[in-house]
Amino acid sequence: MNAPAPSGIDLLRTMLRIRRFEEKCAELYGAGSIRGFLHLYIGEEAIAAGVMPALLPEDAILATYREHGHALARGVPARSIMAEMFGKREGCSGGRGGSMHLFDVSRRFYGGNAIVGGALPLAVGFGLADRMRREPRVTACFFGEGAMAEGEFHESANLAALWSLPVLFVCENNLYAMGTALARSEARTDLCLKAEACGLAARQVDGMDAPAVAAAAREAVAALRAGGPPMFLEMQTYRFRAHSMFDPELYRSREEVEAWRRRCPIETLAASLLASGELDANLRLALEQEARAEVEDAVAFAQAGTWEPVENLLDHVGALRAGGGA
Amino acid sequence: MSYREALREGLREALRGDPRVFLMGEDVGRYGGTYAVSKGLLEEFGEERIRDTPLAESGFVGAGIGAAINGMRPVVEIMTVNFSLLALDQIMNNAATLRHMSGGQVGVPVVIRMTTGGGRQLAAQHSHSLEGWYAHIPGLRVVAPATVADAYGMLLAALAEPDPVLIFEHAMLFGVEDELADPPPVVDLEGAAVRRPGTHLSLITYGGSLPKVMAAAQRLAEEGVEAEVIDLRSLRPLDDATIMASVRRTRRALVVDEGWRSGSLSAEIMARIVEQAFYDLDAPLARVCSQEVPVPYARHLEQAALPDVDGIVSAAHAVVG
Repeated sequence: MNAPAPSGIDLLRTMLRIRRFEEKCAELYGAGSIRGFLHLYIGEEAIAAGVMPALLPEDAILATYREHGHALARGVPARSIMAEMFGKREGCSGGRGGSMHLFDVSRRFYGGNAIVGGALPLAVGFGLADRMRREPRVTACFFGEGAMAEGEFHESANLAALWSLPVLFVCENNLYAMGTALARSEARTDLCLKAEACGLAARQVDGMDAPAVAAAAREAVAALRAGGPPMFLEMQTYRFRAHSMFDPELYRSREEVEAWRRRCPIETLAASLLASGELDANLRLALEQEARAEVEDAVAFAQAGTWEPVENLLDHVGALRAGGGA
Repeated sequence: MSYREALREGLREALRGDPRVFLMGEDVGRYGGTYAVSKGLLEEFGEERIRDTPLAESGFVGAGIGAAINGMRPVVEIMTVNFSLLALDQIMNNAATLRHMSGGQVGVPVVIRMTTGGGRQLAAQHSHSLEGWYAHIPGLRVVAPATVADAYGMLLAALAEPDPVLIFEHAMLFGVEDELADPPPVVDLEGAAVRRPGTHLSLITYGGSLPKVMAAAQRLAEEGVEAEVIDLRSLRPLDDATIMASVRRTRRALVVDEGWRSGSLSAEIMARIVEQAFYDLDAPLARVCSQEVPVPYARHLEQAALPDVDGIVSAAHAVVG
């Protein structure tokens, strides 16, 4: 069974939801409502928006610390994500995780991992469990190109290929590992070649083109569900904003950023939908209003949220008792 | 039955009793296990469930964690504690933290077994006792079975846990022989055990040091000193109640820990005794640990680096005065 294909409007809607949500996050960070590290996905929305519709509810997702978009696209309520950013107990991780550790097991959204490459071995284990039980499920793991330098990428890719596990490796290549350009960290910059060397079926996709991402993801997931070998999709993309809120962006030029901004996945798709007649000014306005209303509602929910009592500090260390025992 | 065979029988029982259980690690299958613990299990359970892995500790330990989250009950074997450092990211940053970081949503019922300790002239990259490091980490359970019954039973108890359990098997214990009752006793994952009652001092130890401490207690008894021997069994959580009850009876304590003394499990135990039973003490606490040196190869140097029976006996005499 495959998930229904998303329409262009669906993709646009999801990208707008993510964009407006994150713009608000940046604003709230400035106001002090959100603290810690905040990594924005702005510019890269086409990837989460395009890949998630290819997955079924029983499939699992593991993501990085730049995962607000993935959580939103998977259907984690904006309210619970925003409340998590505020550190409120109504947050999707009860205020224990924050921006980098969004979890929603009811939607099989398993974080939110802030160790670069750290979720890749977990994804292999998810795939292994499904394979051993003959479950026709897929695990999608998102990571940046920076993770390709980690041993955990190579170990995980090899294991997934060796055991032919239903894992979709989605590499979000935004060209910079924090401030280090790909060519300054990898002797060979062809990421698909590296993935193929480990035994993964690999393909490069324009990560600024949401319909192209969606089509590639659907094809990959269908092949995996049919028992095919693990897949690697290199999504070529770009982060429009700084790495985090502490980044002075000394490592890239304004011209480069501007050139990529002209390829904004939202405006590109909107233009093509306008040209094809699927979108008009009224619908665009309605989508905008819908996205903004969702964000405002999420902020109000987060603001009204409550603080976990400090007496509960040691909860969730172990299943059976506070602090897990020491 | 040997400690090694007891571990194998525990694994066999677990594999028979629960289809979610599988064993994964380097050379656990065709080779039969580096220390022959899993010998014969491949033939009985097949290669799906007795799964050889590449030399990729972080990868296969992480895969065990992922499989545990996703409904299986993996037993991951790491050849030796020194190699587990290659998987420390997965153990610390994922296994130990996911439950808390997710607000209680993600449980990690993985069991990770590894060999620890010196005494086999394997030098400085195969001989250390780093279980104390792991016992530092909230979110993990750390156990060190020291007897045949615990070798069999603690694995089964670990598999019943909803949280990650690390099992440290001392290399010098594999050949230890003892009776295993039929049916074998069900044991708890937690709680220290009094292995020998005594009145003059408490000898507190665990894992591979237990046989040395028992031998020392025997010698002390012949010299008129009745030592009580406490086997910690669980290194996290520690069983403060059993430790304090013993110390309050004997009023003197000596900790024997094969780990290095600086920043160690022995330091933690002594601190707890000071915090909880200071006024019950009749003498300063003492400890016997490994010398602060990477464990050397040459036999005489290695033996000089590790706790031994003579050293324990003389330290005990000093405590008793």
